[in-house]
Amino acid sequence: MKYVDEFRDGELAKGIASRIANEADPARTYHFMEFCGGHTHAISRYGVKDLLPANVVMVHGPGCPVCVLPIGRIDMAIELAIREKAILCTYADTMRVPASGGLSLMKAKAKGADIRMVYSASDALRIAQETPGREVVFLAIGFETTTPPTALVVRQAAQLGLENFSVFCNHVLTPAAISHILESPEVRELGTVKIDGFVGPAHVSTIIGSQPYDYFAEEYAKPVVIAGFEPLDVMQAILMLVRQVNEGRAVVENEFSRAVTADGNAKAKALVAEIFELRRAFEWRGLGRVPYSALRLKDQWAAFDAERRFDMPERSVADNKACECGAILRGVKKPVDCKVFGTACTPETPMGSCMVSSEGACAAHYTYGRFRSAA
Amino acid sequence: MSAVRTGYVRPLDVKRGLVDMSHGSGGRAMAQLIDELFLAAFDNEWLREMNDQARVPMPSGRLVIATDSHVVSPLFFPGGDIGCLSVHGTINDVAMAGAKPLYLTSGFILEEGYPLADLKRIVDSMAAAAREAGVPIVTGDTKVVEQGKGDGVFINTTGVGVVLEGVDVSGANARPGDAILVSGTLGDHGVAIMSLRENLTFETTIQSDTAALHTLVAAMVEAVPGIRTLRDPTRGGLATTLNEIARQSKAGMTIREAAIPVRPEVSAACEFLGLDPLYVANEGKLVAICAPEDAERLLAAMRAHPQGRDSAIIGEVVADANHFVQMETGFGGRRMVDWLAGEQLPRIC
Repeated sequence: MKYVDEFRDGELAKGIASRIANEADPARTYHFMEFCGGHTHAISRYGVKDLLPANVVMVHGPGCPVCVLPIGRIDMAIELAIREKAILCTYADTMRVPASGGLSLMKAKAKGADIRMVYSASDALRIAQETPGREVVFLAIGFETTTPPTALVVRQAAQLGLENFSVFCNHVLTPAAISHILESPEVRELGTVKIDGFVGPAHVSTIIGSQPYDYFAEEYAKPVVIAGFEPLDVMQAILMLVRQVNEGRAVVENEFSRAVTADGNAKAKALVAEIFELRRAFEWRGLGRVPYSALRLKDQWAAFDAERRFDMPERSVADNKACECGAILRGVKKPVDCKVFGTACTPETPMGSCMVSSEGACAAHYTYGRFRSAA
Repeated sequence: MSAVRTGYVRPLDVKRGLVDMSHGSGGRAMAQLIDELFLAAFDNEWLREMNDQARVPMPSGRLVIATDSHVVSPLFFPGGDIGCLSVHGTINDVAMAGAKPLYLTSGFILEEGYPLADLKRIVDSMAAAAREAGVPIVTGDTKVVEQGKGDGVFINTTGVGVVLEGVDVSGANARPGDAILVSGTLGDHGVAIMSLRENLTFETTIQSDTAALHTLVAAMVEAVPGIRTLRDPTRGGLATTLNEIARQSKAGMTIREAAIPVRPEVSAACEFLGLDPLYVANEGKLVAICAPEDAERLLAAMRAHPQGRDSAIIGEVVADANHFVQMETGFGGRRMVDWLAGEQLPRIC
């Protein structure tokens, strides 16, 4: 497959692997956090770990949109489908996220709620056009990458004068989450999470550009290398991070220059700014309430905001006590440190969100890497 | 004065007619549907006896029986339809015992309101597939359910075949060291179906690979009578099939990603849909496991058959108490190829 296979080439990978092995200082360990679930998935799926020396350790970050969605938000979505009898349109990977009372969107669907899987926000808009007289709510989730398409359908719905369409907005912001991790006691004081640098987001950066990360590099003296989601991208980014650490540098570098510019996608950013505004704070699974870390619709678009349309106050629901998703999302624990990993919690019966999405650290380890920790 | 013409029944209006409840009632309408549609298409000496069962000659050897219900949506797809699929699927299930399929039965569940014209297309396609395979449909059944309680047409087929003494093909027979082969490119059927899904409109030239594999199997068994395992990787794809065999045989497996044949169009479609071709369904491919010393001979026999031209050896069976299927990635790393979690596709077979 052209333009894809080139970035999965085993021979090139061997070359980069040997450079990493040669240049990594055997006297120290390198801890790099891959922020995005897309990177977590690529690392597991292609077995990138097998090409890294033992002293280069990857720490999974919180960049999996499904994983960071707290129980309360899923409960609210289910309520929209059951109490308000709305057609709830959602991306497929949220279907199995555990909610309160043993429910999930999939189980609510089995109980008769009208929940439909869509591939894009515009599919939800089309459903609203085709079913006048029914409320249609799009469960909008994701980081900066999926935000512009949501903004677009809100604008289109207004232009079409649709009165039965709204968005349940759960869009979150990457830079706020990275700040939160770097400010956390585990990183700053306790030293339980060592981070020597970040593999920076791929698709998110195509929208926001590389410039927003300059602050982290400077303020926290952590190198950031923005990388594509193909395994060679990840390998090359790791090599660039090793070099920065060795040279005592901490700057933003862009490995994903075929798609990411310093300023990002101006049109998409303008569209998002037209429709959305910052929330004062938003609850993330694992990270708790993070200030200015999420978006909501501006007052001008309130009619399309499901939270206001159906008068739904925010609610907070505690995670299952046995589940370590929170600590795993912060990089404090690994999936195998969780007592229920692979026993009570599996992809078929997930207890926490990290076991649901293919980008989740637990699902990736269970599906692709379980043999590494098998007896 | 009107004369009563005995023996005359106004023929079914196949062009404009719809299935109605009377077609499943056991009355004259049902008899007419059977005569004019099913019997006309499937025609053979056993059906013509018009009994509720078929009496067929028994060859020597062990009897092999398989049944499969088909609920594919959409009913018509690039490269086939539910009719030929229901013939191929069951013939393949019988053949995967190393057996020669002999007879098929068919059970139809029709939804009230389904167009007779479409039903005829399906029945004709079934008849053509059965004739081409040389496996007659010898008895059948038809039921009609009320509108909204079915999805157009569901078809169950049961196949009966015979396997020669000495041939012992089973999912439980794989042993460490054995070679794992596939008969061609993977994922074609699933992607062809996906391309038609209502909310997933992408254009593709990919056709379903639906086909009866019994002649390929016959050539393989002739070349290597000691073949250990045969299975067609339908729902859940190659990954699921290998995990099933690993569990049955209490062994592990290691496969090589670079050796697995996948069409570029299929891997591209999977790429943008976020699917893994290893989990996508096939309807005209098989997985074979044989002793390492037989592998080259089996591969040559497969490649010599038109349905096995793209056959490849993709890995081997290993000793592993966890029964894991692992893959050496094209990238140079290692990963597990696990059971499918959840559902990757709508109904596909």
